[in-house]
Amino acid sequence: MRRRSFLIALSGLAFGARAADPLLDPVTKGAPVTRGRVKLEMPLLADNGNSVSMRVSVESPMSEADHVRAIHLISERNPEARMASFHLGPRAGSAEITSRVRLAGSQRVVALAEMSDGSFWMDSANVVVTLSACVDELGG
Amino acid sequence: MAARIQLPGEARRGEVIRVGILIQHPMETGYRLEVDGRKVPKNVIRSFACRYNGVEVFRAEMSPGIAANPFLQFHTVALDSGELEFSWVDDAGARGSAREAIKVG
Repeated sequence: MRRRSFLIALSGLAFGARAADPLLDPVTKGAPVTRGRVKLEMPLLADNGNSVSMRVSVESPMSEADHVRAIHLISERNPEARMASFHLGPRAGSAEITSRVRLAGSQRVVALAEMSDGSFWMDSANVVVTLSACVDELGG
Repeated sequence: MAARIQLPGEARRGEVIRVGILIQHPMETGYRLEVDGRKVPKNVIRSFACRYNGVEVFRAEMSPGIAANPFLQFHTVALDSGELEFSWVDDAGARGSAREAIKVG
């Protein structure tokens, strides 16, 4: 009995890993995410993780009927995975945001766009950080 | 908390304008140590909002993953002459705000 429940749990785990990305789940609640419509621009190589330029834009008419509701920036390695969430609407006119982020080491950063119809779109960028933002001081 | 705003002073009605703001804030991660070894408490601007004549047009929730002296650039449609009001609050509960006028013709 114990072995059976273990096997069920294991198969569930394997299925879950294939179906969804644990990095995006807290935002998407398991909803499907399509790659496209989003463009995340970050440098390939950053000398200093304390300040890395970031530009994200989403293809959208930004009308009342069809607009970007939010753009989430998600980090693979930062202590806080959700770097930022930007909330927009038809009043934005254009779904394009520029900022500067902190990266705790080389990693993949994901920009996840939540549309007014409830669909999710994404893009990701791989950044190599030579000197990461200081999170190692306290031992992780 | 001083802030510098980038906003075109004048715009055509319906034009999509670029709004930029740079806020002076350390965005303490909570991982940095003082010279005497004490931990500097985490303190970042958690939420930021921009209102155009009282209507919210942009809002951001931030974490230590946003660099010190946060810079944000976003867009809004120039609808009417008036004012853009920016407001933010950090983990310590300190509030900041700034406003800038816009003329729409």
